[in-house]
Amino acid sequence: MISKKVDTMDMINIKINGIPCQAPAGSTILEAAHASGIAIPTLCYLKEINAIGACRICVVEVKGAKTLVPACVHPISEGMEIFTNTKRVHDARRTNLKLILSTHRQECLSCDRNGHCELQNLCYEYAVDSNMAFEGEKIQYEIDDSAVHMQRDNTKCIMCRRCTAVCNVAEGVGCIGVSGRGFTAKIGSSFGEKLAESKCIHCGQCIIACPTGALSEKDDTSKVWEAIADPDKYVIVQTAPSVRAGLGEEFLMDIGENVEGKMVTALRMLGFDAVFDTDWAADLTIMEEATELLHRIQNGGTMPMFTSCCPGWIKFCETFYPEFIPNLSTCKSPQSMFGAMAKSYYAKKMDIDPNNIVVVSVMPCTAKKFEITRDDMSGAGEGLRDVDISITTRELSKMIRRAGLLFNILPESEFDAPLGIASGAGHIFGASGGVMEAALRTAAEVITGKSLGAVEFKEVRGAHGIKEATYDIGGTPVRVCVLSGAANARTLLEDIKAGKRQYDFIEVMACPGGCVNGGGQPFQPSVVRNFSSVSSMRAEALYGEDASMELRKSHENPAIKQVYEEYLEAPGSDIAHHLLHTSYVDRSEK
Amino acid sequence: MDKITNRDMLEKARSKSRQEVESSRCRILICAGTGCLAGGSGEIYKRMCQLVADNPNIEVHFGDGIAHGDGDIAVHKSGCHGFCEMGPLMRIEPMGILYTKVKPENCDEIFHRTIEKGEIIRELLFKQDGREYQRQEDIPFYKKQTRNVLKNCGHIDAEHISEYLATGGYKALEKVLFEMTPDEVIKEISESELRGRGGGGFSTGYKWTQVARQKEKIRYIVCNGDEGDPGAFMDRSVMEGDPHKMLEGMMIAAYAVRAQEGYIYVRAEYPLAIERLKKAISQAEECGLLGDNILGTDFSFRIHINRGAGAFVCGEGSALTASIEGNRGMPRVKPPRTVEQGLFAKPTVLNNVETFANVPMIIQEGAKWFKSIGTEKSPGTKAFALTGSVKHTGLIEVPMGTTLREIIYDIGGGIKGDGTFKAVQIGGPSGGCLTEQHMDIGLDFDSLKKIGAMIGSGGLVVMDNHTCMVEVARFFMNFTQNESCGKCVPCREGTKRMLDILERIVSGRGKLEDLDMLEELAGMITDTALCGLGKSAALPVMSTLKFFRNEYEEHVIDKRCASHTCSAMKRYIISPDRCKGCSKCARNCPAGAISGKVKEPFVIDPDKCIRCGACESACAFGAIHIEW
Repeated sequence: MISKKVDTMDMINIKINGIPCQAPAGSTILEAAHASGIAIPTLCYLKEINAIGACRICVVEVKGAKTLVPACVHPISEGMEIFTNTKRVHDARRTNLKLILSTHRQECLSCDRNGHCELQNLCYEYAVDSNMAFEGEKIQYEIDDSAVHMQRDNTKCIMCRRCTAVCNVAEGVGCIGVSGRGFTAKIGSSFGEKLAESKCIHCGQCIIACPTGALSEKDDTSKVWEAIADPDKYVIVQTAPSVRAGLGEEFLMDIGENVEGKMVTALRMLGFDAVFDTDWAADLTIMEEATELLHRIQNGGTMPMFTSCCPGWIKFCETFYPEFIPNLSTCKSPQSMFGAMAKSYYAKKMDIDPNNIVVVSVMPCTAKKFEITRDDMSGAGEGLRDVDISITTRELSKMIRRAGLLFNILPESEFDAPLGIASGAGHIFGASGGVMEAALRTAAEVITGKSLGAVEFKEVRGAHGIKEATYDIGGTPVRVCVLSGAANARTLLEDIKAGKRQYDFIEVMACPGGCVNGGGQPFQPSVVRNFSSVSSMRAEALYGEDASMELRKSHENPAIKQVYEEYLEAPGSDIAHHLLHTSYVDRSEK
Repeated sequence: MDKITNRDMLEKARSKSRQEVESSRCRILICAGTGCLAGGSGEIYKRMCQLVADNPNIEVHFGDGIAHGDGDIAVHKSGCHGFCEMGPLMRIEPMGILYTKVKPENCDEIFHRTIEKGEIIRELLFKQDGREYQRQEDIPFYKKQTRNVLKNCGHIDAEHISEYLATGGYKALEKVLFEMTPDEVIKEISESELRGRGGGGFSTGYKWTQVARQKEKIRYIVCNGDEGDPGAFMDRSVMEGDPHKMLEGMMIAAYAVRAQEGYIYVRAEYPLAIERLKKAISQAEECGLLGDNILGTDFSFRIHINRGAGAFVCGEGSALTASIEGNRGMPRVKPPRTVEQGLFAKPTVLNNVETFANVPMIIQEGAKWFKSIGTEKSPGTKAFALTGSVKHTGLIEVPMGTTLREIIYDIGGGIKGDGTFKAVQIGGPSGGCLTEQHMDIGLDFDSLKKIGAMIGSGGLVVMDNHTCMVEVARFFMNFTQNESCGKCVPCREGTKRMLDILERIVSGRGKLEDLDMLEELAGMITDTALCGLGKSAALPVMSTLKFFRNEYEEHVIDKRCASHTCSAMKRYIISPDRCKGCSKCARNCPAGAISGKVKEPFVIDPDKCIRCGACESACAFGAIHIEW
């Protein structure tokens, strides 16, 4: 825990429910109450993203105030007396909940959010039942399932605007907003266009921001069940680094618990023919990307070079900054590299017809569902999509539940070889700064030819916005920058265009904090998100695993060495290019 | 006009303007307010100009036989006189003749008889209780008013700055720039106890004080001209009829709080106000009264116009500033207040049109003078838009503390037609209703608050016994729900459910529990809504429930609307003794609600009947009648 040293001068005396307490000046009532052990319910508030006081669930009584005040945004002042649990407060919250329910499609039993719905939980806490809803008009919105990765059901939307705020504030995309007035106000894209027609980058941050079932990923688990049930198919599963750092939360484990072993067991029990690790492909990505970077540096290529692992970032760049497309690394993401290798190298090695191989990826990400549909993603040959089905961490947990696997008491087991062997560098891909650090570990040794003493590049770690550092690699200073949250990319790209910043290598992840906080990760309610850094806690799981390993550099991974020896020849070779690199399109027209 | 760069030049410009105005011994002022323009005053203006141009050498006879030669007749478009009921209006000076309901075809007669010969055309004069009124000032509608803010409206040509200068315009600005420090200006305004005319009644002086003491040096003056209450048009009339008065007020505010830029937010439905303001601003800029180094001092100020797209909620301060900034017009939570972080997150003075228009007079005449008008806690006058079931609708201005009785009977001439007074809705959709029992309460900010109403921006809708109070509540709730920005739950969902209930009641499907639910929702919305619009949204329902609960109960229990307004409550009945059984009514009924055997009396099924009246008009025997 980080304890913030606070000057006593900065402390303010208040009373909450009659109990005197102190809180730092500038705190909101919500924060001050939380620090004093009192949780005030919220629906629309998301720290640093959405502080608009719109849902009025957090209203409290303040002595002297004419009306109730919203705790989420109302600052405390000296001597303030706050009452969080009076009848007046409870009545107001209950009526508010009844009003929200009155226009809400209540299909809670089968709703994607059942059990994770903040509205459902509040209705339970405040004993508000569906038959208490007010009679009257309901608007039957059509479900927008146009996009490949998610759907919007506005009949479950409570207009909290967490989705629009995260899309604007964290992602700098703004493809959704409010239209209409009064009761007919709704969230959607401009001029009524469908999400698929909008500039959405598929990051899915809106889904994990949504307190109800209005937003959900497209459920592709039935396709996976079907593939597993098909005796003619050889079904390979790969799991991204961050999945093991989040999956446990679905089974009530602590945030940040690494459940790799149980996850592998569960996947095997689900019936996958081979259980592999995307981290192996992450090591492969490092080999290709570090080589590409060195090649660009040594041959005067387009600089700076941007990482290309994140499909949300790729779509962002293609849509809003196509002029930077030449700066994007041509490397496919680890997910797609894995698929291409599974259907070529592995198929050949195991003598399986690649047409019968189904590659399933489990990702912390919804944009991966889009990535697998991109052009130039069939490395193993025409008609052989690198990845056939991409599901999220949440979808995997649904499969585990349906299969009746008691996840918490499953034994641990290891990934299959060889596509399941990964280095520590591959594991840390899931955290913002991880790709950069992994690349630096390899690039430094490839250039200098010497083994590194220290392998940790801690300056690029952490969940905060834009991080930068300069490393001396074999006498060449390499200026690096790491950022997450696409809105930060907008700031950075504008600065680069204006000549205010210069770098050689830049890692961009669309989700704040990187893949550990991806749009496909388990839901954490705002009561958790507002008071702890979920992404940092999950990242710790990955850095912890890396630190505990002997093998921490991609180029030292024996399985990687083996694949170059047996199949790919060398990083950046023709065959490597054919299988592992891709191309981009200018999407700025639309 | 030449650029005015010092005090002397301003005074010279003023006396030149005055001479110009006085030199034409006959001024024909044709009201070009929105109401009269709609009534055809544009045509009248053109015709009068044509007549003057065609008859260059005619002699003008007025009063004691003063005769003048050519060039002496000036035809002008004036702002709104307020007596809109009687428009189009034409005022002829120096006699102060007011012709009412003038038509273009009257122009020739007016010119040849009144202008040429000094005769009065009696048919065009206003008549009340058997008396004819030749002079505008004698008409009871005007006589009982105290027109300070509206003084120039209808009397000057709003499209020429010289007309405003001729009335002593910009003297207050001159006074503050050369004789007062900014702090002295704020002190004067504070002492006058001027309160915001936009609805809240917040102290203007205190607002200015708060802005003046902010650390941030970039400050803004914003004028709220987004008059959105149904039936209210006070601010429009000022903007159309005397725009410079308001601009001068804004300039004084800017000097007082050291602001550099000002914005006027006007709804786009006021095209004429926008046009006149644009003209006023450009003329003020041209002659150096706006821009850099005004009158040679180091005070610089610019004013921009922003057109609102007609959202009622944009009259709320933070929604208004958001709209100017180019964002969706939605209120935000406070604090920070507008005085701390208003437009572009800078300290902002946000006052409405009428408030700014009061400022030059206070500076000129002094706080003491201002406090001598009105009541102790609400000094000054207030403009009201008087509409509804009153004989003389229009725009009026009275001292604060004037009673409803004086307004309705003395100024408004009483209830129209055969109706009897029932209630007044004051403050529009954010206000409440006043009844017979409130007739003699002096209207001011505090007295109204006490009885659960508010002065609002000044809309006064008079209702008689033909008005259904439940329907009134439904109307305003429908308005508020449509105009809700949709941000907070209580307003977005709560007013919708209140509207649902009210719709049920007026359509005859109400239950007694609905009344309790209305009260529960009203209380909760008032207590939890985010902005002023939401917090006051339930007021019309609460006050009608309080004073006219019996009407609600009649609708719910007896399914009866005593005012014969709610059509769902009416019943078409076939009198068996008159019905010949011809079946014509059944054949004309679009809802298939009428049945019967030929040659026997037919019957109407009230559940199927859609109350269109087709049967009644089809019946040749007068056998169908309405029961309420």
